[in-house]
Amino acid sequence: MRVMIVDENEARAGLIEAGIVAAGDEVVARLIGHADLQEMVERIQPDVIIIDMECPDRDTLEAMSYITRHHPRPTVIAVDRSDSESIRAAVQAGVSAYVVGGLSPERVRPVLEVAIARFHEFQALRRELEQAKSSLEERKVIERAKGILMKSRRLAEDEAFRLLRKMAMDRKRRLADVAREVVAAAELLL
Amino acid sequence: MTPLRLGFIPLSDCAVLVIARERGFFRRHGLDVTLCREVSWANIRDKVAVGALDGAQMLAGMPIAASVGIDPIARPLVTAFSLDLNGNAITVSTALWARMLEADRASALARPVTAAALRRVIDSDRQHGRAPLRFAMVYPFASHNYELRYWLAAAGIDPDEDVELTVVPPPRMVEALERGAIDGCCVGEPWNSVAVRRGLGRIVATSYEVWNNSPEKVFAVRRSFAERRPEVHRAILCALIEAAAWTDAAENREAVARILADARFVGAPQPLLATSLTGHLVRGPGEAAEPVPDFHVFHRYAANFPWTSHALWLLTQMLRWGQLRAPIDLHAAAGSAYRPDLYRAAARDLGLAVPEIDLKREGTHAAPWQLRGAAASVQMGSDLFCDGREFDPAAPVSYVAGFAVRAASVRLDALAALNP
Repeated sequence: MRVMIVDENEARAGLIEAGIVAAGDEVVARLIGHADLQEMVERIQPDVIIIDMECPDRDTLEAMSYITRHHPRPTVIAVDRSDSESIRAAVQAGVSAYVVGGLSPERVRPVLEVAIARFHEFQALRRELEQAKSSLEERKVIERAKGILMKSRRLAEDEAFRLLRKMAMDRKRRLADVAREVVAAAELLL
Repeated sequence: MTPLRLGFIPLSDCAVLVIARERGFFRRHGLDVTLCREVSWANIRDKVAVGALDGAQMLAGMPIAASVGIDPIARPLVTAFSLDLNGNAITVSTALWARMLEADRASALARPVTAAALRRVIDSDRQHGRAPLRFAMVYPFASHNYELRYWLAAAGIDPDEDVELTVVPPPRMVEALERGAIDGCCVGEPWNSVAVRRGLGRIVATSYEVWNNSPEKVFAVRRSFAERRPEVHRAILCALIEAAAWTDAAENREAVARILADARFVGAPQPLLATSLTGHLVRGPGEAAEPVPDFHVFHRYAANFPWTSHALWLLTQMLRWGQLRAPIDLHAAAGSAYRPDLYRAAARDLGLAVPEIDLKREGTHAAPWQLRGAAASVQMGSDLFCDGREFDPAAPVSYVAGFAVRAASVRLDALAALNP
């Protein structure tokens, strides 16, 4: 199958492409949101279009099946009315798929499933990255708060850390949040 | 507090939903509403269908398309609330506007609006073997599609043969005009004004000028939601009615523009939004602002009442342009998507005067008029079409048959048999 990917996120588009190629299908085009999507579909004639739901261009694909008599007609996948599960899974993942031409939804569903899986994978990667970033940032701010306490109260390092921890426990706050406040207060006073 | 997730598209006419949230009307009716900004009508349809949204701003044609089964995914939807009347415009590139003026200045500037000057341009292009002009609108079941087609066809232009029609999402419309990918479009505000402000386009007709006080967006929910949670649905309707009255008041329109300007909602500059919201329009680059008091109608003229006859008119256009491919009972289809009875019940809770009838003729009033009701009369707006035709909701099939330009794929005699 010839697949077109429309995704505003290049990294995610790459992940999806790898998944589709691994499953034995061909990715014929990868587009970032496009003002001439209709023209691109007409020129490239893909069998399937995988599109990120954050792209407003979905409405262009919706319309092609109604307004252009002489052109290819993409229809949104899962046309089977009883099949709300695959739509639900796709909506939750934030992806949608269109079939161009006469392919049956059953044949196309594996491609959509790959895309859904890759969307989830991408989300998970992004979450991990954000967590890693924020824990690094938190370690840094705790170090700074410790330094401020050591200097202003003439404490040893472990004493400064214990004081910080006590402040957090007394206020039922996270250590990093209290550390941020210490740093902010120090910046204000200096 | 009942938690609800409602979807909207960043356009000026999401105003009533945003005001209901931001000015506390939802809260007053016990609703804790999260507004979800969506980028496409297809997303709105899918998210409402699977329950990721409880309800949403929709194009008036969407619940109808769902109820007659021409939309492949949509679950049955109902609307008991019209969010606004009018609010769109047809804009052409400055280059095409210059050609229209040159071809037939009188028609280009005429009122009622006509596409006769455009037809001259198209005829000349055909004689010279040039490629057809491209026009964009925003969704197959959008009023924009039907308004653009109505304006073209009224001048004898076949929208499927004489021009190329395409869909461009509103946020990409101005860019498409700029790159010459399209020659004109029918889109909601603020995008026409953006095109004018950037010197790229000229507004040739407002949707009001194509059809005075025509239906635009609605608030719709899954039919199962309306059936299983009637009290919640009614609370939403009450909040929306109050919010619409507030939004419609002239003295609040600047505030509406300020609230919508926020990046969480429309995210466009306040002065730009305020232009049409305060009833003004700059039609072309360098032109003076012109008063268009009914450009956005959010409450007056019974604007929130979901007229079954509006649904019927939309069905006639779905028939006219070949979207509806099988003969159906039109009144039954309109009645299953449009629920004036639910609106009436909510409006009565609030002690408001409300139309006692579900159907009205269109194209018969050139000025505001009084609709006599059982309890009190209701002030209505004008309802003329640009070509002077009348729509009688009792005779939808002969109405379709009466259009010289049409692409109906349903046999009208088969249709007439189902619609005596």
